[in-house]
Amino acid sequence: APCPQWPYCRKCCSYCNFNTYVVPAVDEAAMRACLVREAQTLLRLSQVHSVTSVFFGGGTPSLASPATVAAVLEAVAGAAHLPADAEVTLEANPSSTSTSRLAGFRASGVNRLSIGVQVRGALPAAAPAAPRDPVVTSLPPQSLDDAELRMLGREHTAAEAQKAVEAARGLLPGRTSIDLLFGLPGQSRDAWAQRLEAALGLCDNHISLYQLTLERGTALAAQVRGGTLPTPPQDLLADMYQTARTVLVAAGFRHYEVSNFARKGALSTHNLSYWRSDQYIGVGPGAHGRFVLRGEGSHTREARVQTLEPVAWMKEVQSQGHGTRSRVVLSPLEQLEELLSLGLRTDEGITHERWGYFSPQLSLQAVFGTPGEAQALQQQGWLVLDSGGLRCTWAGLAVLDSLLPDLLWQLQRV
Amino acid sequence: MALAGRAALRWGARLPSPGPAAAPLCRPAWLPAACERPYSSRDEEKVDMSTYPVESIRNFSIIAHVDHGKSTLADRLLEITGTISKTNLNKQVLDKLQVERERGITVKAQSASLFYSHEGINYLLNLIDTPGHVDFSYEVSRSLSACQGVILVVDANEGIQAQTVANFYLAFEAQLSIIPVINKIDLKNADPERVEKQIEKLFDIPTHECIRISAKQGTNVEKVLQKVIEKIPPPQCNTADPLKALVFDSTFDHYRGVVANIALFGGEIAKGQKIVSAHTKKRYEVNEVGILTPNEQPTHKLYAGQVGYLIAGMKEVTEAQIGDTLFLYKQPVEPLPGFKSVKPMVFAGMYPIDQTEYNNLKSALERLTLNDSSVTVHRDSSLALGAGWRLGFLGLLHMEVFNQRLEQEYNMSVILTAPTVPYKAVLSSAKLIKEYGKDQITIINPAQFPDKLSVSEYLEPTVLGTIVTPQEYIGKIITLCQDRRAVQKDMLYIDENRVMLKYLFPLNEIVVDFYDALKSLSSGYASFDYEDAGYQSADLIKMDILLNGNPVEELATIIHNDKAYAAGKLLCERLKETIPRQLFEIAIQAAIGKKIIARETLKAYRKNVVAKCYGGDITRRMKLLKRQAEGKKLMRKIGNVEVPRDAFIRVLKRGTDK
Repeated sequence: APCPQWPYCRKCCSYCNFNTYVVPAVDEAAMRACLVREAQTLLRLSQVHSVTSVFFGGGTPSLASPATVAAVLEAVAGAAHLPADAEVTLEANPSSTSTSRLAGFRASGVNRLSIGVQVRGALPAAAPAAPRDPVVTSLPPQSLDDAELRMLGREHTAAEAQKAVEAARGLLPGRTSIDLLFGLPGQSRDAWAQRLEAALGLCDNHISLYQLTLERGTALAAQVRGGTLPTPPQDLLADMYQTARTVLVAAGFRHYEVSNFARKGALSTHNLSYWRSDQYIGVGPGAHGRFVLRGEGSHTREARVQTLEPVAWMKEVQSQGHGTRSRVVLSPLEQLEELLSLGLRTDEGITHERWGYFSPQLSLQAVFGTPGEAQALQQQGWLVLDSGGLRCTWAGLAVLDSLLPDLLWQLQRV
Repeated sequence: MALAGRAALRWGARLPSPGPAAAPLCRPAWLPAACERPYSSRDEEKVDMSTYPVESIRNFSIIAHVDHGKSTLADRLLEITGTISKTNLNKQVLDKLQVERERGITVKAQSASLFYSHEGINYLLNLIDTPGHVDFSYEVSRSLSACQGVILVVDANEGIQAQTVANFYLAFEAQLSIIPVINKIDLKNADPERVEKQIEKLFDIPTHECIRISAKQGTNVEKVLQKVIEKIPPPQCNTADPLKALVFDSTFDHYRGVVANIALFGGEIAKGQKIVSAHTKKRYEVNEVGILTPNEQPTHKLYAGQVGYLIAGMKEVTEAQIGDTLFLYKQPVEPLPGFKSVKPMVFAGMYPIDQTEYNNLKSALERLTLNDSSVTVHRDSSLALGAGWRLGFLGLLHMEVFNQRLEQEYNMSVILTAPTVPYKAVLSSAKLIKEYGKDQITIINPAQFPDKLSVSEYLEPTVLGTIVTPQEYIGKIITLCQDRRAVQKDMLYIDENRVMLKYLFPLNEIVVDFYDALKSLSSGYASFDYEDAGYQSADLIKMDILLNGNPVEELATIIHNDKAYAAGKLLCERLKETIPRQLFEIAIQAAIGKKIIARETLKAYRKNVVAKCYGGDITRRMKLLKRQAEGKKLMRKIGNVEVPRDAFIRVLKRGTDK
């Protein structure tokens, strides 16, 4: 699954600490050429045969032109097999998503839109094999209140957000995802419940639900720390999360990952590949990847990070075909640690099969079925280990970060 | 020790052993004519001290409140007498430790022999520097025991301060001649007249006896030297008598072992002599004697009345106990009075941050205590903190300085537990009396606190505190003292707007933060000093802290009954802030026996999961998780509650009362 990264934004959002750049004029032709070149180089290095999904993240990739998206997809299809039903997601910002523009993206090959506040670090990921339901995500104004949007430093208004979602659903019915944010400074339980209702009226079949995290170095975090904005109390945040889970499940959504809900099977194939520790290839400034460099004859999974700063990244791509800034070989233990930490975020957890793929010698049962932390956590009702594998209970999922240190510690001692 | 290095450049190399190559450099410019002889062998490079009979010797100290200019005056005296050359680099030449220069205090007394010609006579003036803080009053008194007089320095602007009073009485009680000096007369706000009147009122010294100087600019410093010669009597002793040498300080040199600072009260001492310690009865052969200028300068001999150093194959500083008397083998003498073992006032646990550092810390402690014999060391261990030590210090500053020296000179970071004072219990239980072999025990660790049923009385150490303050702060200071259970003993106006207060304090009430509180409520103007005032009966109890009903051994505190509720409440509140939330609710309680006196509840985590986790930078997140996993083995488990090891320290560090 390649994840091409468009690092530019029109404006800096107050809560975002991604690798984003606001520049007066982007040399799109040069950027396009470099994304294409890097995608080709890395796909060749990975020797991936088939690509399951492509995810255009950012920055604000919807600011790029559909031609750029098309060029990258062509490059992917040229370097590996890209099935017609492969999931191709574009993150979109409500203010840059007119219907005609969205139609342009669809024509370029995008089949899922993710709209929202929540524009993530862009990563192209190449997941090998087994294409699943192609899911197109996106769209959403998660926040449907102008005051909230202003606090978040978002450029769009609630009306624009609503329009964008409607446009996306019209173009790609069933393949639009929206982001919902809760835990905004000053947000009450009631305000959240209303917001949730409104979102249900607007949404398609996929919702990403995020508690607002105050990332260091962001304007919002500074305001909260400085006392201009209140810190939401822990218990209120827990209530909001539980309310949302309950309401969404009642509305027919499957809570398939800590922050993700889907109905009618509209899970994000691309994101699932992260949580299942599949291979993914990061393309673009600051993108991260995890894959095996079969092209170099390697058999071990590497963690790779591309150069952060766009101009420097472009220079490297132009001179050597890719702008990989760091590559670290992951040890078998490190791979298992990632599998554990990511896999337990999903409702299916870590299956015996998947665990066995990374740990052919030592089964899940051998590591966590013996007396120790995992058994204690099972007895306390946070965790389940059965024929399906290792996974969190409904209650356990909400406190996963308190379970992981114990489990990792147990794993390290094996 | 950057400055020691600089000083060494000016004075010539400070060598582990005197070598011929260094000799021409080592010979200081001041060396008087009598000593100047052609050198033919290494031996003859040494100074001949026989030309300084008792009558031409003066032994003195400079005493002052902190920052009143003691070290600057010492610098000027060293310059005038040619002991060191005049340069503006001479700043606190005798304060060799980094911590001394940083904090502007003298921790380790240093000495220097000055040669000065006055009215045709060559004098040998031995300046015996003293530590400059209340914690070190014992060191001051032992330095004074080698002197016949003192220069009492008072700041012309600040006037008499608490420590001035304390130091004056130490000198006065030792019956030393006192030369009052008013320093910093060059300052704009200097008011020497007012200070002279204070000195007259408080110390009964006529105003005309005060010398007004500026040590910084050198004004009238020569006059001080002349007064030293005129007013301070020479030591009363005789070279014809058998050797009688007082050990008044000691340092440790990695190459040569213990270097003992000695004052000769009779006889003479030279290389090759066999000597005996009156305290340990151990016998040694003298390897080297010499004077301090202020670096070690070997001499042929030292004679009665003189002050210098001695190296005699002692391996540990405990062999050169302060106050000990040395005499010649088979010529025993009556030991000099004043020997007493050091009495620590403050105890604290010290533990390596990581147990793998235990041996390194052990060796650093051993080496540092070689140079600071006033620290007592007992091995100790704690369930939470592992193996460590219980250390006794002269006071809180001493503890801080010791810790700072460990960090600066040995690069060791340690965990220090909350300081506690040495309580006592008078036992009534026959069983316990038999067990301890005595009916009164000292408790330096709350874990050893005996139950009330087997005790007839608890005792707590007290100190007599002196506070000097501008009068506008009196109200607040009196309230502060009452809050600390102090009893007023005296209140005296030392001039129109300055007041001296005397209070009897329970020691534990001032140990942690009294000085800071006093400074902050008086905008820094009030000064404080204290002296040991024995023990008093006290209503003491042991307070336990419980987590979900299980006691936390290291948080047990001995506390006065009246203070238990407030302290217990505060500890619980702080623990609540310090212990991380867990998957279940935690009751944090303070208890006296079975009675719960305070409670806080730490609620369970209901949500703790990071919202966004995709293919971005999970490396950072994995690092955090692995650090937390790693931290699991450093967790102290109390029942099922996991507490980070440093949580208790963080709670305790801020003191147990406000």
